Amino acid sequence: MAYSEKVIDHYENPRNVGSFDKNAEDVGTGIVGAPECGDVMKLQLKISPEGIIEDAKFKTFGCGSAIASSSLATELVKGKTLEEAMSISNAQIVQELALPPVKIHCSVLAEDAIKAAIEDYKAKQALSIK
Amino acid sequence: MSVKLPIYLDNNATTRTDPRVVEAMLPYFSEVYGNAASRSHSFGWAAEEAIDIAREQLAKVIGADPKEIIFTSGATESNNLAIKGVAEMYAEKGDHIITVVTEHKAVLDTCKHLEKDGKSVTYLGVGADGLIDLDELKAAITDKTILVSVMAANNEIGVIQPLKEIGAICREKGVLFHTDAVQAYGKVPLDVNDLHIDLLSFTAHKIYGPKGIGALYVRRRNPRVKLTAQIDGGGHERGFRSGTLNVPGIVGFGKAAELLMEEMESEITRLTALRDRMAQTIMDACDSCYINGHATQRLPGNLNISFEFVEGESLLMGLKDVALSSGSACTSASLEPSYVLKAMGLGDELAHSSLRFGFGRFTTEEEVDWVARKVISEVSRLREMSPLWELHLEGVDLSTVKWNAH
Repeated sequence: MAYSEKVIDHYENPRNVGSFDKNAEDVGTGIVGAPECGDVMKLQLKISPEGIIEDAKFKTFGCGSAIASSSLATELVKGKTLEEAMSISNAQIVQELALPPVKIHCSVLAEDAIKAAIEDYKAKQALSIK
Repeated sequence: MSVKLPIYLDNNATTRTDPRVVEAMLPYFSEVYGNAASRSHSFGWAAEEAIDIAREQLAKVIGADPKEIIFTSGATESNNLAIKGVAEMYAEKGDHIITVVTEHKAVLDTCKHLEKDGKSVTYLGVGADGLIDLDELKAAITDKTILVSVMAANNEIGVIQPLKEIGAICREKGVLFHTDAVQAYGKVPLDVNDLHIDLLSFTAHKIYGPKGIGALYVRRRNPRVKLTAQIDGGGHERGFRSGTLNVPGIVGFGKAAELLMEEMESEITRLTALRDRMAQTIMDACDSCYINGHATQRLPGNLNISFEFVEGESLLMGLKDVALSSGSACTSASLEPSYVLKAMGLGDELAHSSLRFGFGRFTTEEEVDWVARKVISEVSRLREMSPLWELHLEGVDLSTVKWNAH
């Protein structure tokens, strides 16, 4: 299985590995996947009061493509509004990383992780407004 | 101390052809090129003589008679010939075969083929150590059973099945015993008479010989085993397997067997030491690692470890200078993790997290140390990146987490 240079680069030099405090009000956390399927992706977004994604961190258990997809996702979301981030699609990740067809699943996970993190953030905000 | 990269640790998949084997083969391409079936001239006689020598060298490793060695194209064909050949030849006696869920696909798929033809097959399970339960085997044998096929040593986890006990049960019940001995032949002592083995598959490329040549041991006495040929033609190999013999391959196969015999004892000691060194170094440095398969009843040159919280394929990617294979499915088109590890009761997540290290004749201590260090540093790097490791450090029991499976 031959990976693109970009996948290898993200795998060897992953961007934004780490964690934020998941209880912080300005942090949204998305965890998708399952260990028995071979991949679990945790994506966290730090969001400004204006709704801009200021920072992102990830941790991923999975193959090289899953690691690269989540690493790329953290780069893609930074500086974007929540709406812009919601519109990031897995196809964009597939294209940028030149993922082989059997690895498209990894890009879907990354897209879902972004959405799950934003939903988590929104749910938290709704609670704090009450 | 420096090692030459990449390092080859996939000796369960195939082995480098020993230069001494290559040297022995060379004249049989260009000087002694006769057809061994040509009885009317010296070219044919010379080829036949070379084959007779190889047959002896191969038979000696397993305590067989040279006449009991049938050449094939490899172990897949040997397994097909043994299982289908018995099923067809003994159809009137019965239609039941017993095998094991952890067999190689060459056995499992052959059995599945026979099931489609109306035969019945029992697939025995294995315990957490990878071994079959002898009582289960006994209970599975009926008066319709004609063959038990149990591999000698497993290709993924290296465990050696209790062949002597299996052989005794089969003999007592009057059932033929076939073993796929691809991994075990010449790596550990095997004697077909002592173990009551009636059919035994093996191949050259796992023993530092060439690819494309294999053999099947077929017992001639007590009992005399008969087989229906799977390839029709000129009646070569006592009618069991037609086709012009691969003389250079056979010469190399024989030479490889001769070298095994000479070096088996010292290789067992050396490879066991290398395997234990690798296991010890890794286990000392990494938490949450598990060695798969029985602790002692195993091949000297095989080590299979699950690295919890790290996915096997990404670990392989980090070990790009090492040729290894993973029990993770991500390396193949299918997403299913190793059926062998799952049959032993490993959860999918551990089965996804395993690597197989195969040590061989050309593996050095320096290489083992280099790989062990690299494994330790990559496992630690990937765990830093793993949300499962983070949860584990927080004391979360992962089995209680509700995952959002895709």
